[in-house]
Amino acid sequence: MAPAASGLRKIAVRSIAWLQAGPMMLVFALFFLLPLVLVVIVSVWDYNEYEMIPAFSFRGYTDTFEGCVANLPELCTILKTYLKTLKLCLLTWGLTLLIGFWVAYFLAFHVRSKTWQIVLSLLCTIPFWTSNVIRMIAWIPLLGRNGLVNQGLIGAGVVNKPVEWLLFSEFSVVLALVHLFTFFMVVPIFNSMIRIDKRLIEAAYDAGASGWQTLVNIIIPLAKPGIVIGSIFVITIVMGDFVTIGVMGGQQIASAGKIIESRLSALQFPAAAANAVILLGITVLIISALTRIVDVRKEL
Amino acid sequence: MGDKRPRSFYILALFFSAYVLFLYGPMIAIYILSFQGPDGGLTFPMNGVSLTWFGKVFSGGGIVDIGAAFKRSLALGLVVMVITVVLSVAAGMAFRKPFRGATMLFYTAIASLIMPSIITSLGIALEFRLIDDFVNKHGADVGLGWLADGYTTAMGLFSSGLGAHLTWTLPFGLLIMFAIFNRFDGRLEEAARDLGATPWQTFRHVVLPIILPSVVGIGLFGFTLSWDELARSSQAIGSVNTLPLELQGLTTTVTKPDIYALGTLTSAVSFVVIFAALSVILVLQARQRRQGSDAGKGML
Repeated sequence: MAPAASGLRKIAVRSIAWLQAGPMMLVFALFFLLPLVLVVIVSVWDYNEYEMIPAFSFRGYTDTFEGCVANLPELCTILKTYLKTLKLCLLTWGLTLLIGFWVAYFLAFHVRSKTWQIVLSLLCTIPFWTSNVIRMIAWIPLLGRNGLVNQGLIGAGVVNKPVEWLLFSEFSVVLALVHLFTFFMVVPIFNSMIRIDKRLIEAAYDAGASGWQTLVNIIIPLAKPGIVIGSIFVITIVMGDFVTIGVMGGQQIASAGKIIESRLSALQFPAAAANAVILLGITVLIISALTRIVDVRKEL
Repeated sequence: MGDKRPRSFYILALFFSAYVLFLYGPMIAIYILSFQGPDGGLTFPMNGVSLTWFGKVFSGGGIVDIGAAFKRSLALGLVVMVITVVLSVAAGMAFRKPFRGATMLFYTAIASLIMPSIITSLGIALEFRLIDDFVNKHGADVGLGWLADGYTTAMGLFSSGLGAHLTWTLPFGLLIMFAIFNRFDGRLEEAARDLGATPWQTFRHVVLPIILPSVVGIGLFGFTLSWDELARSSQAIGSVNTLPLELQGLTTTVTKPDIYALGTLTSAVSFVVIFAALSVILVLQARQRRQGSDAGKGML
């Protein structure tokens, strides 16, 4: 009798768990998984100017890569766009990692009291309470033609007419992306660093390691999971971004996300979907390469 | 602790201060500029101080109907907040027991978190587009004739828009629940059970009061993430716009400080909501400390 009763109990516990997790599963199924499947399916549909046609066709892809073979060795639009997106992504990633690592390092190893750690982290979080668009346009009064930076440069006699490339350029795009997303790098790296046993560092010091050796051989390897998680966040955001690149690039710079958006506004759903599949593929490749470096699962 | 700080401390402290300045500088610039005088422009120097541009925002003078967008964003944010809290707490409870699909749900949530927003947004747009096409073409055949008459779209703030926002807020909610239950003392529930409490009573009188401060935190995340959400709304919201979308639209057309005034106002809303939530959390924590243990106090 007892095993049957405990079996029943197990079933009861499981079904309660299912009831509890069910609603969330349903939301993800309806608004995340199903849409993703549809993107893949529709990417191989046919289309004309005003509707999509449920018939198998690679037009979405062939249109996307139009002229890519014919124009070789000249790069076609799509490849150029992806290279540009990758370049912006790489620059942003490098800068956010550099800044994020040292900010996290300072908070984790140099700020000694817990209270100060909390206060300083909060200080870095507050800007996130302001919408991204506002944080972007906040650069205009600084970088614009008559902005503070130009006024300063002219006032100091460095240049005699306003520098034009400060705003609506790749420079301003990367600057805004770094401004918006560095903290996504700080949080996971800080999380990894705070778990490092301080005695390891003391041991390294006692064994005669220099500060640099300790950093390279102890801290960086142990902070790697955080670095990878932060990198995944920054890279996926920047690869798919079209808002920041749009606003800060003055709608002049093409990006992978921007292609999808403009295809969509032309109601070319299959073409947009094909581009989304390509973007998804590249993002997944980058992430799986990154997760191969460390086992991220252990960190979550 | 009295030992001398190394030189690297001062270098990094300087670096950290520069980072904070970098974070705050631009935003403070637009908060100040929103008080620009009536004849002033988008950049410094200020041409007097006034509330003109705030007045312009409220009177809708020239730019979009901010009031309507404001109300829409607020309503959507509140609904997202409630659903996020309920589903996250339920799923968080479920994850404390083994159940089939737990790993799958966890990875789906993580995938939803790092998926480039434009892809999620496109998928949801596609899904609703297909529903619309279906109803329009076959509505009458399958007994939806009543629906097909005058039907335009199933897309809307509280269908596709809500779904899009939930794919963003629920992963955060779930991760916070994991953090809560990682340090939750299960013996408290056992004690309640031993005293004869039903599962619901245990949840209502033991678990919920303990996790309440963090649950308020989930609500806070839910609301602010939705309030500032832009990329996922961009394609999935239907014909009406939320406040961040209006703001993004304005960046390309408006050349007056009213956009800064709008930015200052939306930031103010975020700040008010966050401080309200934080004070609720503090009150709850203080109450917990007061009532946390009545051992030996003879309270019956």
